[in-house]
Amino acid sequence: MKSLEELKKLREKLQSDTKLRAADGIKVIVGMGTCGIAAGAREVMAALMEEVKKRGLAGVVFQQTGCIGMCEKEVLVDIILPGAPRITYGNVRPSDAGRLVAEHVINGQIVKDLVVAKSV
Amino acid sequence: MQFIRAHVLVCGGTGCMSSGSRQVQAGLEDEIARRGLDNEVKVVQTGCHGFCEMGPLMIIYPEGVFYVSVKAEDVPEIVETHLYKGRIIERLLYREPLSQKSIPSYDEINFYKKQRRIILSNCGHINPDEINEYIAAGGYEALGKALTLMTPAAVTEEVKKSGLRGRGGAGFPTGMKWQFARQSPGEKKYVVCNADEGDPGAFMDRSVLEGDPHRVIEGMIICGYAIGADEGYIYVRAEYPLAIKRLRTAIAQAEEMGFLGKDVFGSGFNFALHIKEGAGAFVCGEETALLQSIEGRRGMPRPRPPFPAVSGLWGKPTNINNVETFANIASIIVDGAEKYAEIGTEKSKGTKVFALTGKINNTGLAEVPMGITMREIIYDIGGGIVDGKKFKAVQIGGPSGGCLPEDMLDLTIDYDSLTAAGAMMGSGGLVVMDETTCMVDVAKFFLTFTQSESCGKCTPCREGTKRMLEILTRITNGEGREGDIALLEDLARGIKQTALCGLGQTAPNPVLSTLKYFRHEYEAHIKDHVCPAGACSNLTGYTITDDCRGCGMCKKVCPVGAIAGEIKERHVIKHKVCIKCGACEGKCPFKAIRKGA
Ligand SMILES: Cc1cc2nc3c(=O)[nH]c(=O)nc-3n(C[C@H](O)[C@H](O)[C@H](O)COP(=O)(O)O)c2cc1C
Repeated sequence: MKSLEELKKLREKLQSDTKLRAADGIKVIVGMGTCGIAAGAREVMAALMEEVKKRGLAGVVFQQTGCIGMCEKEVLVDIILPGAPRITYGNVRPSDAGRLVAEHVINGQIVKDLVVAKSV
Repeated sequence: MQFIRAHVLVCGGTGCMSSGSRQVQAGLEDEIARRGLDNEVKVVQTGCHGFCEMGPLMIIYPEGVFYVSVKAEDVPEIVETHLYKGRIIERLLYREPLSQKSIPSYDEINFYKKQRRIILSNCGHINPDEINEYIAAGGYEALGKALTLMTPAAVTEEVKKSGLRGRGGAGFPTGMKWQFARQSPGEKKYVVCNADEGDPGAFMDRSVLEGDPHRVIEGMIICGYAIGADEGYIYVRAEYPLAIKRLRTAIAQAEEMGFLGKDVFGSGFNFALHIKEGAGAFVCGEETALLQSIEGRRGMPRPRPPFPAVSGLWGKPTNINNVETFANIASIIVDGAEKYAEIGTEKSKGTKVFALTGKINNTGLAEVPMGITMREIIYDIGGGIVDGKKFKAVQIGGPSGGCLPEDMLDLTIDYDSLTAAGAMMGSGGLVVMDETTCMVDVAKFFLTFTQSESCGKCTPCREGTKRMLEILTRITNGEGREGDIALLEDLARGIKQTALCGLGQTAPNPVLSTLKYFRHEYEAHIKDHVCPAGACSNLTGYTITDDCRGCGMCKKVCPVGAIAGEIKERHVIKHKVCIKCGACEGKCPFKAIRKGA
């Protein structure tokens, strides 16, 4: 360790590993009720994680949730950007993951054709 | 593909390990792999969270859900329900004992709400075996700042300004101590960390070393820079194998990253750190005895001066501080002395870690700001007395400290108020006692400890503590004599004034403070041959309560005629005659006779 600068750089790099223990950041929530799992929620989540990883995004947090009663629209995925309303997408397929991450997570643009609800 | 979306933090402190956290962690790793989640969920072993009563503890991120008393059998459900489906498992959440409300997150629990965690901020939240997690949490920034932006004098000045006082017991101002060592002439100097932690019931230092070893190491290196030392020793008792193991790992990692070794941060400053395992003698926590022990000699105190700052390890100027003292340094350097000094009272700055034990609901570790009251610690954080019993006293400061009674519960905690009350901050052990505790017996317990740990070098301590213990033993056996209290006080005064080291000088404190606040208990033992708490087996007398209707059954059954009273009036037991056979208790139809006085 030769300088404070070097330490700071290292710290920033390392923080991406522990970042999910801090409460801020972007949240992606996948419906993992029996209905969601039957409709392929695991595969959707895996595809979303793959996209996030591929693009090297730090600070994206994945959570799962239970059935919210819109079973026919499963797989449901919520995306919450800090300070923005919660956007719920329905009938999400693994092939939609790229668009959701590129357009919404990165650029903040709602993917209109998949949206089923919006709430604060 | 590996994308880690969840961290499961399993407590690997000594408390949780002994309640089975190792099995929980192993089971968890297997189950996660079995469900094919090992590419997205990471299991992290952390240090102590402090809430040992509820162990094994687990936190799952990103939700930050806090599970308590987790058993190996719970693992499949945790993986299936929480990690796979994202549902919180209600029955594993902590329930507040009074409201019975279950509480999902850490910060909402009363035990943590009143705490102010600086020293323990990483404990339970990072993996102590991973220097990277310490760095990610801001670690070694203080060292970098000190070495590249500050002069040794400025570092010392900053510590002085913070008002930090030694956490090892006596509360000597740390910055002043560093300055003495800095100004002491000599090429070779040493930094020593006192991790002997000999007080019965104390485990603060152990938890810091196990949960966040780098914080202590960083403090020591900064001290080395400030006083001009290039070598340090951590003196840690061999009974702390986990702490030693984590320290060894931490030192090796710090060496590899260049925080220890040559030319740290390119500043030209060198520092090497060693561990010395002690054999667990209480007296080896005393600084001069400790230094002798590091040198390979028998650990016995010597008179001061010269103080270690002038002549310490191998005769060289040495600065010795406690584990927790060193653990404060990084935040003083990073945030500045002024910010640090905002916490606490005028003469006692910062926080203090206490080990809560005894008859208290939430045993564990609590870090609180100085100036908090004893009541807040015991009731708000500690959750009150076990089984709803009545509080009687709290022992603070270990064998050198004292017992405080109920009417002192609102005493604010700082070095000076505790000393004025006849107790002492000490290292931070808090033993809570309820109505069933006999205060003479407590004094005897601590004196038994100091007497057997006395090194025998000076007569007042060697002989005096033995004589005091003899007197306490005979009082608790029911053979106390007229004049014993005066004799105890006389001996106590003599030992305090003439013993060579702190061990002897403070050994009488538990006796003096119980005499001050619970004198009537001594008198009851000696004069009435009764132990009011009903704890001393030779003296567990019986008392007749207000429920007595004066039926006379007890009087009839008593084989020695120890009960007096007229029919239809409340009866009384003559304690001097009573042989404590208990016959009356079984006979009373109104349950008006109970053990104790
Ligand atoms: C009998 C005896 C035992 C002691 N045990 C310890 C101990 O276990 N840990 C500790 O830090 N200080 C202990 N001390 C205090 C040390 O002598 C010394 O004051 C302390 O390490 C200084 O560090 P500080 O200024 O950071 O508090 C003990 C003192 C005495 C007299």
